[in-house]
Amino acid sequence: MADKVKIFINDAPYEAENGLTVMQAADMAGFHIPRLCYHEKLSIEGACRVCIVQIEGLQNFVASCTYPVSEGMKIYTNTKELRDARRDIVELILDNHPDDCNICERNGNCELQRLAFSMGIKERLFEGEKKSYENDTSSFSVVRVPDKCILCGRCVRLCSEIQKVNAIGYSHRGFQTVVMPAYNMPFGESVCTNCGQCINVCPTAAFVEKNYTKLVFEKLNDPAVTTVVQVAPAVRAAIGECFDEPPGKDLTHEIAAALRKIGFNYVFDTQLSADLTIMEEASEFLERFKGGGKLPLITSCSSGWIKYLEQFYPEYIENISTCKSPMSMMGALIKTYFADKIKTDPKKIFSVAVMPCTAKKFEAGRPELKTAGKPSVDAVITTRELGWMIKSAGINLLSIKGENFDAPLGRSSGAAAIFGVTGGVMEAAVRTAYELYTGETLVSIELEPVRGFEGIREAELDLHGEKIRVAIAHGLGNAHSIMQLLAEAPDQYQFIEIMGCPGGCIGGGGQPYSGSNYSPLDETLLKKRAEVLYNIDRYNTIRRSHENPDIQKLYKEYLGRPLSKLSHQLLHTKYHMRKPKGIISTKKQERATGGRHG
Amino acid sequence: MDKTMPQKKDHKFIELKNYMGALKKKANPQSRLIAVLHKTQELYGYLDREIMEHISEFMNIPSAHIWGVATFYHYFNLKPQGKYVISVCMGTACFVKGAELILNKLKKELKIDLGETTPDNLFTLKEARCLGACGLAPVVMVNGEIFGELDQKSIMGLIKTLNKNTEGGVS
Repeated sequence: MADKVKIFINDAPYEAENGLTVMQAADMAGFHIPRLCYHEKLSIEGACRVCIVQIEGLQNFVASCTYPVSEGMKIYTNTKELRDARRDIVELILDNHPDDCNICERNGNCELQRLAFSMGIKERLFEGEKKSYENDTSSFSVVRVPDKCILCGRCVRLCSEIQKVNAIGYSHRGFQTVVMPAYNMPFGESVCTNCGQCINVCPTAAFVEKNYTKLVFEKLNDPAVTTVVQVAPAVRAAIGECFDEPPGKDLTHEIAAALRKIGFNYVFDTQLSADLTIMEEASEFLERFKGGGKLPLITSCSSGWIKYLEQFYPEYIENISTCKSPMSMMGALIKTYFADKIKTDPKKIFSVAVMPCTAKKFEAGRPELKTAGKPSVDAVITTRELGWMIKSAGINLLSIKGENFDAPLGRSSGAAAIFGVTGGVMEAAVRTAYELYTGETLVSIELEPVRGFEGIREAELDLHGEKIRVAIAHGLGNAHSIMQLLAEAPDQYQFIEIMGCPGGCIGGGGQPYSGSNYSPLDETLLKKRAEVLYNIDRYNTIRRSHENPDIQKLYKEYLGRPLSKLSHQLLHTKYHMRKPKGIISTKKQERATGGRHG
Repeated sequence: MDKTMPQKKDHKFIELKNYMGALKKKANPQSRLIAVLHKTQELYGYLDREIMEHISEFMNIPSAHIWGVATFYHYFNLKPQGKYVISVCMGTACFVKGAELILNKLKKELKIDLGETTPDNLFTLKEARCLGACGLAPVVMVNGEIFGELDQKSIMGLIKTLNKNTEGGVS
């Protein structure tokens, strides 16, 4: 078979690689065929029929996402018949969909809305039956809204193919089909890891985050409460997108200013506790490495990953770093160290965390992370929720004058900023572990081998003749692959970083919707967000966690040293096996994102 | 504890496990899920959630997927069935000969709706498409046995007989 075939799209000749689908070939030729259930990172379903095209010689329209090109094929993407049929298809989807756009979470950011608009649906010719199901609000993180579901199945494919969690599937059939967890059990009791990627790939609002903004505004208006907020690295790299800013804008200082204007009494930076995590985790690694402790050490920052591990791989619990996530470390410090400093009863502090993540909402509710019987973090809001709060409070984030975070928990190193991108925790940990172990300065601190977006990356580091093999995985499907590699050869790695979401926190389930110029999980979008964090690191004069003066002060004044008794009490935690047990289908599937390189 | 709840170590469970064990030796064992669900229903009369959870672990199939298959096919029962499963034929011939009247009579007398089971676990009421016994219309099927040429009176006679057969309750 020839490598290339000649095709005609709307009568103009093009060359296309043999084996491509009509949709792919048309994309390359600059024709964006409307689509709904198709997603480039997922298997092809061909369910929605929105992407139909006309092919000369064929009696029926075909779904371009499934149909392969062939020599001499004449494809039409925009004929009158096609436009009419496509409009009817989208209209029929709309006819079963609630007509409540103006009060919907995704209003203005909904793929179905955009599609309906581009189809030119100006009048409704049919009246369809609407679905009527209860919302499932049982999860701390993700709310399931079956009425809004158009059964495109992206969430189902994402959950099984990219994340390999298989928390949701189709149940029943025909008009009664609903995407739900097994046995229609409450979502909060299912194997769902709260990663929130279903929210990102959903074209409508059939999955949304559990919204805590009302509670936060309530507390901000309560004079008896001291409100404290912390902001994760990845939030600053993406929040501009909530304000129609192209991706890739650093809004660190604008966020700090906006949070103060909204009314928070103290505005802290999760990056400081990321530095603290590095101090503890690098020390923990060296302790295990030198003392013959359990290796490989696996990172614990990603809440989605931790729940995944507790359900799918409980046998590796001892490998997980006992360090709390940066959010929970900061939460514990706010209600102890900081409460002492401002002489305030921790019970009167309301601690909010702004995270790129929905799973952090679940983490905040973990009983083992409480400080003095109360949650260390009282409410977690996502980047999207903060974007809404800023708009709702009438603040123009883009033109506001930037401010710094508050002392004593506001200063951070460049190493902390890169926590938000896959490979960043490893890079930050190596910078500190190397120097703690060898007593020498690490000269080239930008570790290229651990950067990038391949699903699994490996590197070998030299600590004065001692070789350390490290590995990095992002996305739970890749985490699963790395656990399989580990099962085959348990000694091949000493340190592993795992992030639950593709791209790391910058691609978190709480990040701004991808908008009309990018698709969810799009690597060009993720790279732009990552570049923001790499630049924050590059232009920071402090680039190693142990050189952060606020961290040094914190240890001197309060904690003593890494892994001290107080550190253990405030900054470390335990994990436990969790039911229901997760099942990883052994059905062979392509690795989710990218391959493996040495 | 619920009496209908299957016990892990009973002979039915062991039989199911052996059945799955044998399937696992064949190629693509996961593609045989429907056979396993058939076996489960044959043994227990319905697909119990606990059992589906065991199937999930044993066959290495995510439970959301099993649930999808179990709910897709009407054949699979998701709730315990009564001792007598009564399927009223609603095919064309039976329908014109008064099947709906029979169905309504049963609903009224047994005080259950379609798909439900009486509190004493005796009767489950279902409807069927054509059972292929149109010459006897209207017909009902009780546990696979056809009863034909029924009317509102004779159907209650049948119920009475079945009731009498199980005096002393259902085990």
